[in-house]
Amino acid sequence: MDLDGGSSSTISTGARAIPGRPVRHGALYQFTQQNLPACKPVLTPAAVISTFLLMGFIFIPVGLVTLRASYSVVEIVDRYDIECVPEEYRSNKVAYVKDDSVSKNCSRFLKVPKSMRAPIFIYYQLDNYYQNHRRYVKSRTDRQLLHGLGYNDTSSCRPLESSDDLPIVPCGLIAWSLFNDTYKFSRGPSELKVNRKDIAWKSDRNHKFGKHVYPFNFQNGTLTGGAKLDPTIPLSDQEDLIVWMRTAALPTFRKLYGRIEEDLEADDVIVVNLKNNYNTYSFGGKKKIVLSTSSWLGGKNDFLGIANLFVGSFSILISIIFLVLHLKSPRPYGDTAYASWNKKSISS
Amino acid sequence: MPEGGRKRIHFSKIYSFSCFKSSYRDGHSQIGQKGYSRVVYCNDPDNIEAIQLNYGGNYVSTTKYTAFNFIPKSLFEQFRRVANIYFLVVACVSFSPLAPYTASSIAAPLVAVIGATMAKEAVEDWRRRKQDIEANNRKVQVYGRNHTFVGTRWKKLRVGDVIKVYKDEYFPSDLLLLSSSYGDGVCYVETMNLDGETNLKLKHALEVTTSLNDEKSLQKFRAMVKCEDPNENLYSFIGTLKYEGVEYPLSLQRILLRDSKLRNTEYIYGVVIFTGQDTKVMQNSIDPPSKRSKIERKMDEIIYILFSALILISFIGSLFFGVNTQKDISSDGNYIRWYLHPDDSTVFFDPRRAGLASILHFLTALMLYGYLIPISLYVSIEVVKVLQSIFINQDQEMYFEESDRPAHARTSNLNEELGQVDTILSDKTGTLTCNSMEFVKCSIGGIPYGRGITEVEKALARRAKDGESKTDAYSSDFLSQSSDAVDSQKPIKGFNFKDERIMNGQWINEPHPDIIEKFFRVLAICHTAIPDEDKASGEISYEAESPDEAAFVIAARELGFEFFSRTQTNISLHELNHERGKKVDRVYQLLHVLEFSSSRKRMSVIVRSEENIILLLCKGADSVMFERLSQHGREFEAETNDHIKRYSEAGLRTLVITYRELGEEEYNLWDKEFSKAKTSLAADRDTLVDAAADKMERDLILLGATAVEDKLQKGVPECIEKLAKAGIKLWVLTGDKMETAVNIGYACSLLRQDMKQIVITLDSSDILSLEKQGDKEALAKASHESIEKQIEEGILQIKSSKESSGTEKESFSFGLIIDGRSLEYSLGNGLEKSFFKLASNCATVICCRSSPKQKARVTKLVKLETGKTTLSIGDGANDVGMLQEADIGVGISGAEGMQAVMASDYSIGQFRFLERLLLVHGHWCYRRISMMICYFFYKNIAFGFTLFWFEAYASFSGQAAYNDWYMSCYNVFFTSLPVIALGVFDQDVSAKLCQKHPFLYLEGVENTLFSWTRIIGWMLNGVISSLLIFFLTTNSVLNQAFTKDGQVVDFEILGVIMYTCAIWVVNCQMALSINYFTWIQHFFIWGSIVIWYVFLLIYGYMSPTTSTTAYRVFVEACAPSASYWLITLFVVICVLIPYFCYRAFQSRFLPMYHDIIQRKQVEGTEFEISDELPKQVQGKLINMRERLKQREG
Repeated sequence: MDLDGGSSSTISTGARAIPGRPVRHGALYQFTQQNLPACKPVLTPAAVISTFLLMGFIFIPVGLVTLRASYSVVEIVDRYDIECVPEEYRSNKVAYVKDDSVSKNCSRFLKVPKSMRAPIFIYYQLDNYYQNHRRYVKSRTDRQLLHGLGYNDTSSCRPLESSDDLPIVPCGLIAWSLFNDTYKFSRGPSELKVNRKDIAWKSDRNHKFGKHVYPFNFQNGTLTGGAKLDPTIPLSDQEDLIVWMRTAALPTFRKLYGRIEEDLEADDVIVVNLKNNYNTYSFGGKKKIVLSTSSWLGGKNDFLGIANLFVGSFSILISIIFLVLHLKSPRPYGDTAYASWNKKSISS
Repeated sequence: MPEGGRKRIHFSKIYSFSCFKSSYRDGHSQIGQKGYSRVVYCNDPDNIEAIQLNYGGNYVSTTKYTAFNFIPKSLFEQFRRVANIYFLVVACVSFSPLAPYTASSIAAPLVAVIGATMAKEAVEDWRRRKQDIEANNRKVQVYGRNHTFVGTRWKKLRVGDVIKVYKDEYFPSDLLLLSSSYGDGVCYVETMNLDGETNLKLKHALEVTTSLNDEKSLQKFRAMVKCEDPNENLYSFIGTLKYEGVEYPLSLQRILLRDSKLRNTEYIYGVVIFTGQDTKVMQNSIDPPSKRSKIERKMDEIIYILFSALILISFIGSLFFGVNTQKDISSDGNYIRWYLHPDDSTVFFDPRRAGLASILHFLTALMLYGYLIPISLYVSIEVVKVLQSIFINQDQEMYFEESDRPAHARTSNLNEELGQVDTILSDKTGTLTCNSMEFVKCSIGGIPYGRGITEVEKALARRAKDGESKTDAYSSDFLSQSSDAVDSQKPIKGFNFKDERIMNGQWINEPHPDIIEKFFRVLAICHTAIPDEDKASGEISYEAESPDEAAFVIAARELGFEFFSRTQTNISLHELNHERGKKVDRVYQLLHVLEFSSSRKRMSVIVRSEENIILLLCKGADSVMFERLSQHGREFEAETNDHIKRYSEAGLRTLVITYRELGEEEYNLWDKEFSKAKTSLAADRDTLVDAAADKMERDLILLGATAVEDKLQKGVPECIEKLAKAGIKLWVLTGDKMETAVNIGYACSLLRQDMKQIVITLDSSDILSLEKQGDKEALAKASHESIEKQIEEGILQIKSSKESSGTEKESFSFGLIIDGRSLEYSLGNGLEKSFFKLASNCATVICCRSSPKQKARVTKLVKLETGKTTLSIGDGANDVGMLQEADIGVGISGAEGMQAVMASDYSIGQFRFLERLLLVHGHWCYRRISMMICYFFYKNIAFGFTLFWFEAYASFSGQAAYNDWYMSCYNVFFTSLPVIALGVFDQDVSAKLCQKHPFLYLEGVENTLFSWTRIIGWMLNGVISSLLIFFLTTNSVLNQAFTKDGQVVDFEILGVIMYTCAIWVVNCQMALSINYFTWIQHFFIWGSIVIWYVFLLIYGYMSPTTSTTAYRVFVEACAPSASYWLITLFVVICVLIPYFCYRAFQSRFLPMYHDIIQRKQVEGTEFEISDELPKQVQGKLINMRERLKQREG
């Protein structure tokens, strides 16, 4: 009996709460003792194999679906920057594009490979054009775009903040270099209607470009850049400008020009009457016109689908390799590992 | 006369070199020479000479900073971190137009980081300062000009002041003892704070000054002390006192040291000799160093690497930028990229000055890619470490209930260092032991008594049990527990003796009651202890010179021989008379005390009993006692010898107890001789006294032997065993005697019977004889040679044993034992290397009789030679130097003396908590911090490099891919909280398993988690992640419309997509690399990702002028687009695959320790026992086993 008393007393001392310290139960105690209930994932072979298999089974279908979306998009791309330069100017394209006296008209014939459902988006694509250059990106004043002449601090627009001591609206390199090729489309004898409204982001039109800000003193300097703007239309309606001023991320980029809201049938021939005004020749950039439908995923892009398929199959391959190795190689675990913790595992 | 003194000082400077050697023979003749030039004019504050000497005051300071140097010094500390310098430079440059980001966003974090760290330093130093203020303002009585004692603060004491110190007060400075409340000028001193010993030391005043014991007699007291200069040697003092025209030599016997305490003496008078920083205890303390952990130092190296990477990529960028810019105007004057207006450009983009532009761009790029250097790393680590420290402080398993002391991390700098300790240097007294002696066994008249089980026996039993079956082990375990349980009385300090045969007066029924009576009478009389009666309870406690002695007196008391009063001439006992069976008081007249000395190894008293019989009672070490027995006194010699052997194997200290009856005549004759020897003034007085004593201590009659245990602290052997399994070496550095240290070595399984001992000592006969001759030079030379020889022999011995057992795994292990004086030679004179070589080949090293400075030097030697982490653990002020010298100092917050704790980095209540501190907290902290740092670099590289890849597509113009504010928030909101959670909470395995598998600790010792391969691996992983993020994202959205309504991805949207991927990747990477998910981890990781979206929403809804490129980008463009979500999913998983593959294969085919344990745990071979249940279960188990035993019995 003595013994019982002795041992039970040791238990009670062990469990006794210590004054002034947290009690031995409860979340706070568990927290301070770093003993919170926790999930402790361990990379067991089963977990590894099933994870890889799972990834495979997710990515392969996703890849297939994405690829299908990409294939459902019909896209016509036509590079015109070389062929729209007359033969005699081919050796000096810069001179051609800079010479205002030469007609810049040019016609391109595009054959529709498959039937295209409306809306058909018209893009122009530029290459080797650094819209993401720091000097270029910074050369704008958002406040002026919103408030017009009322806003005077246009130092960031330099050197295009003023001309003849009058401020320029919109100022800066971006606006000044506005793209100025124009396109007209016809199918057979009839002209294809191009909707050039709603090509910019709504937020830009409503909140970034002033409804009562009109172009002023724009493109009046000695050095002309790109397109001129109609001074009677407020900036918020100058959608070409708005699209252009959303600078591209990479040196190759497309920008939305408009939409054709009619279906095009296979083997239709579309005639594009364009004015080849924009100077990409001095920096060796390409110009392309693109007609494209869209899917739920956007435009025609096989990369995502193929990459998905690749990663999916890679995962399954890895899981097989792992399984084979796991079955072949002896288990490194077991009590022997405790006794002689092998140096090899440490150095790795 | 004083003038002469001055002159001599000056001459000494000139002649010091030549004088030095000739005067080396005798310390006292060196007075006035170099190193011995101090002159103290006692009680003479107005003396012009004294004023001219201008010794410093008694003010002490142990702080790292002062009010004046705090700002510069702590700033300097801060900018020892290379990254901080970089950020300072960047912050300065950021105010120029070169900056790619706004200046405030760069400067603010730096200010915050440095401010926070400095505040922390300030708070820590303030605590130290408060301690100093307390010490400096203590009161002491000083003899003033008006010939009375007045109270003064400690810091105002001057050299030469006469002060009065009362009982139980600390000495404010080093004093020369003049007189005390005892007529013969003795006083008792406790030096706990100096050497950790709790026993009282007796100090004698010079006979000429003992009469100076009132204010009146002090009035005319003038004297001059000439002595050594301030030094750190606690065990020597050389000086002379010139008083009334006569010079008296002064030794350590006359000196009272600062931080020791006056005990058992009402008051003393003393003259201040050393003050403040000159005192020996302060000389022994080294400046509190700022310690930095190895990981942190390595982190600096990593930052250098990152800097190189930063400079490299900036350079590449600038090169391309320069070339591109220069090409903007072609040779024939055409503008290539006309839309950039190259003709009218600022200097930063001017094609005509492309060289300059690219140099300026280089500076811009350094800032642009600044995200490679994680600015928040330092502050995050500070935060994490503080939180880790809180966990250490809160740990209930390291809370010592008896003294109400939790573990306390006094600095948070070194948490992860706790996980990498290679060598522990431990103090003994008060650290391994409780510093109390317990009387456990005795052998009387050839019969062994005492049923207590010592720690060593328990350890032996435990080792034996490993071989046997489990049940046996349990039963033997619980047997000892049950015997504990029988004893329901309250424990008596110093007494752990259980034997019903002789306790409670039962001894009278034993075979030789007369011998037992004599035995305990010797214990009760033969000592120098002083009884101290508690008036209220009537209980008597004892103040003894050593805890052993106290244990004897207590044992005698408990067995019926209560010593209760001592006068100069008498010793009184309450005795149990075995014939009459009741208590009687007996008084013994004390005739002589033949004191204990280490050479005599025995102590005797001569008393006259009430029956007028003269008795010599003697106790001593067996080595000297057996040869002194008389022919008829050897009755029990064989048995006693056998018991002594067994006791010492059990780790006990033994003494042989004898007595002898003296004839009146014999005594009188001897008394004359002895008194003559005692009063002789010849140089060989001590030898004469010893010889006289020796004459009497012969023909003794053996009574028996005692066995005293220097009680180990609870759990010390188990803890040491665990630490050894964790690959940690343990050195014991103690001020104790060699025998004691070796015994303790056995007790805590540092030394084992199967170990070979290598003893290095200078106690050989030729050295001793040289010492007697007094030729110091020859002695030093001989000692040096002897030590060198011994070390070489030791190395050879180890070599040969290794060779002989070369094939076998189990070679002999060696224990090295070295004493303080040998250590002195081993640490200097070019022997350090070979000494260390010897020591590092021994499993155990014990250094005995080492001074505080030596402890620090040994620590330094180990630290420098191994280059690995050392940890010192100690409890007394004598350990301070060692604690500060080691990489980590752990103080045991013992019963007394907070000095060690104040100087330590961590303090714990008991040695056994070290196991948890290292194996659990150390391991976790090491793992957490190293993972955290690796991950920190990973996340910043993964993010920073996407900027670089983007630059490659923006003609390196310095345009950042993301909005400024996304980036500012990257380190603060989106990624730092999960890292902090990792740093604070992650556990590879639970605390229980950490302690169960100490080899897990090797990960820290071998530094596998923070090796270069691992760091570089993480960095590469970061680069790969950034590559994948950038190229997968851009290729997925290249040119094409990414929404159903034909919109394409522009600069703003690409930034958001990439940034989203980066946030997901780094957070999911975190989720992959941690092993421990509580709701906290989930909350932080997934919360960080959610915060990003929330941020994007809110920021996007601000006005376009504030949000610029982020305006409604999420609501309008990204969220409605299916490809945005698909790309995020795809990119994130793709980026994680490389790491996941690596981990999957590595943990299966090349597992690390924690992988193995985790696997076992999952497979169910390891059970993790939860906290509450097992105690009850174990309790029940024990109960059941006990019942079983009872039935069997």
